[in-house]
Amino acid sequence: MPRRVLEPQFAIEHLSILDSDGNLDTSLEPEIPPDGLKRLYRAMLLGRRLDERMVRLQRQGRIGTFAPIKGQEASQMGSVFALRPTDWMVPSFRETAAMLWRGWPIEKMLLFFAGYLEGGRPAPDQHDLPITIPVATQVPHAVGLAYAAQYRGDDAVVMVFFGDGATSEGDFHEALNVAGVWHVPIVFVCQNNQWAISVPLKKQTHSRTLAQKALAYGFPGIQVDGNDVLAVYAASREAVERARGGGGPTLIECVTYRLGVHTTADDPTKYRSEEEVKAWEQKDPLTRFSQYLQKKNLLEERLEEQIDAEIAAAVQRFEATGAADPLTMFDHVYAELPPDLQAEREELRERLEKSAPRRSDEEVPPPLPMRGQRKTSRWQN
Amino acid sequence: MAKLNMVKALNLALHEEMERDPDVLIIGEDVGVDGGVFRVTEDLHRKFGGRRVIDSPLAEAAIIGTSVGMALYGLKPICEIQFSGFAFQCFHQIENHAARYRMRSQGRFHCQMVIRMPYGGGVRALEHHTESEEQFYAQIPGLKMVIPSGPRTARGLLVSAIRDPDPVIFFEAKGLYHAAREDVPDETETLPIGRAQVVQEGKDLTLIAYGAMLRVAREAAQVLHDEDGAEAEVIDLLTISPLDRETLVASVQKTGRAVVVHEAPKSFGAGAEIAASIMEGAFLSLEAPIRRVAAYDVSFVGFARERATVPDVARVVAACRQTLAF
Repeated sequence: MPRRVLEPQFAIEHLSILDSDGNLDTSLEPEIPPDGLKRLYRAMLLGRRLDERMVRLQRQGRIGTFAPIKGQEASQMGSVFALRPTDWMVPSFRETAAMLWRGWPIEKMLLFFAGYLEGGRPAPDQHDLPITIPVATQVPHAVGLAYAAQYRGDDAVVMVFFGDGATSEGDFHEALNVAGVWHVPIVFVCQNNQWAISVPLKKQTHSRTLAQKALAYGFPGIQVDGNDVLAVYAASREAVERARGGGGPTLIECVTYRLGVHTTADDPTKYRSEEEVKAWEQKDPLTRFSQYLQKKNLLEERLEEQIDAEIAAAVQRFEATGAADPLTMFDHVYAELPPDLQAEREELRERLEKSAPRRSDEEVPPPLPMRGQRKTSRWQN
Repeated sequence: MAKLNMVKALNLALHEEMERDPDVLIIGEDVGVDGGVFRVTEDLHRKFGGRRVIDSPLAEAAIIGTSVGMALYGLKPICEIQFSGFAFQCFHQIENHAARYRMRSQGRFHCQMVIRMPYGGGVRALEHHTESEEQFYAQIPGLKMVIPSGPRTARGLLVSAIRDPDPVIFFEAKGLYHAAREDVPDETETLPIGRAQVVQEGKDLTLIAYGAMLRVAREAAQVLHDEDGAEAEVIDLLTISPLDRETLVASVQKTGRAVVVHEAPKSFGAGAEIAASIMEGAFLSLEAPIRRVAAYDVSFVGFARERATVPDVARVVAACRQTLAF
C-alpha cells in the first residue's frame, strides 16, 4: 500500500494593513465611520494613560500588583471593538483597555487591583466575565458560554482573551478541541506578546505560528500584526461575523509586544535586552494609529488632558471608597449561609465590635516589597 | 413505590429533573449513546437528544470548564466524571472556578452544577478506579460534598443537588450501584443537603458512616446488639460538607462515645473533622476517645489486598468494643 497525502499542505495568512512606517493598504482598509475611529483611538489612549497611572499608583502603594498592557492596546481594542454589548467578553488578566471599553468603570478596575472583590463584579446587564488569573483556565468557560448561547438560540458571540504562554496549557487544547467539535460561536484572541514572564515564545512552542494550531482543531486561524489596530479589527470582524452566522470558531493570533513589565512585581531587564524593547517601541500601536487619524483630520485636540482628567476623577472616587467591611466576606460563599459559616460570621462580628475594624495592613508590618516595588506607601512615611 | 437499585434510582432522578427543567443538561464521557459506563444515564440521550445529553470529548477539564461557562450563562449542567480517580485532571476547574465564581463575581454569577463521580472500592477494579477522595472537596469553601448510601438517598439527594444553586460534588459508591434494591417513591422526593440522618437509634455509642460504609456500620451495630447487648446509634452522614455538626453532637451528648468509619485514608480525612467537631460540641459528654476506622494511609494497594485496608464489619466491631470498654 502506498503512502499518500491525506490533506493538502496548509497555509496561514498574516494580515497587516497599516504598518509601523504608516504605509496603508487601502484595499484592505476596514470601513470604520469617523466617530468609530475616534472612539477607538480614545479607548487605546485611555488604556495607555491609565496603565501608566496605575504603575505609579502601585509604586506608591495605593493599589497592589497588576499586569500592565502597554504595547498591546491595538490587539485588545481592535478585537473587542468588533463585539456588540450583548456579545460576551472573557478576559484573562491583561485586558484593561478592552474591559474599560466593555463598560467596567475605571474605579472598579482600581478597586479590583486594590484587593476589593467588589471591583470584580460585573454590572447586572454586562455580558462580561471577571478577570481570571490561572493561565488558560478561562478558555473553556468561554466555550461553555458559547454552547449555552447556541443552546438557548441567542445571537451572542463569545470572545476570549489569553496570551502566548496559555497556548502551552492543557486547558487551551481541551477548549479549542471542544469548540471545534461543537462548532460554537466563539473567537479565540491570542495576545502573543512574545514573553510569558521570562520565557520567550521559542521556548513555548516549536510551531511557526500560534494561529496554525487552529487548523488541527478544524477551524480557521489567522495571524495579524497585533500593533495594527486596523488589521486586528478586520480579522476580528470577519471572525465575529463568521461565528454569528453559524460558521464556528476562529483563532486570531495578534503578534504584539509587552513593552512593560509582566506585572509590577517583575523586572524584565533580567531576561530581555533593551535593544529588543526599543525595536518594538518603534512599532508602537498608538503612534501609527494617531498618524493615520491625523491624515484623516480626526485627531481630537486636548484628548490626553481630557483622558487624564477622567482618570484623576476616577482615582478620587476609588480612594473615597470606604474601608472594606470584613463581614461581607461571608455574603457570597453560598447562596445560603450554612450553620458553620453563620457561627464564623458571628464570631467575626463580635470581634469587630470589641475592637474597631482595622485594615489588615495596619495590624501587621507590611510584607517585604516585591521586586520593583518601592518601600514607601501612603500608610507609612 | 418501586424497588430500584441505586443505578436505576439515580437514573430516575435525572429523568425527572430533565423533564422538569429545560436548563438541566448532562455532559460527560460515554454518557450519551452508551448511557454511561455504569448505565446511570441510560435512555436519556434517546429521550432528550444529543444537545442535552452531551457525549463530550475525552477531556475532564473541558467537561468541568465548559460546564462552568454554561452555568454562568444560566444553564444547570450535570457533569459525569467517569471515575473519581480521573478528577484530578479537572480539579483546578472545580477549585479555581466552580467553587469560587459566586465569590469572585460578588454574587453576579454562580455555578449551579452537579459533578457526579463514582468512587470507592470493593469492585475488583484497577488503580484510579477504587479510591475515595471526598476529603479534597470537603475542604473547599463554596462546594457541597454529598455521598448517598443507597437507592432512596441517592435519588432524593441527586434531585436536591440538581436544584441547589451552588456546585455539588456528588459521589456514588460503585459498590452500591447494584448492591441492593430499595423502595423508592413514585413521586419526586428531595432530601436536604447538609443534614445527616439517624438511621438507627441507640444509647451506648454513636457510629458515624457514609456511602458504602453505612452498610458496614449497620452490620457492626447488629453484631454489637446480638453479641454484646450494646445499642449503637447509627448516623448516615449523607453530606460531608457542609457538615451537620448539630446531629453528630446531639447524638454523642446522649451516647458519650463515637466511632467514625470511612473508606478514605485515615489521616486528614473526614473522620478527623468529625472527631474535632464532636470534641468541640460534646467534650463534657465524652466517656472515651473518638475512634476512626478508615483505610490505612497507603495509596492504591491493588484489589488483591484491598480487603485488608478498607474497613470491614470485624474492624468496626473491634473499634466499637475498645470504645465501649474504655
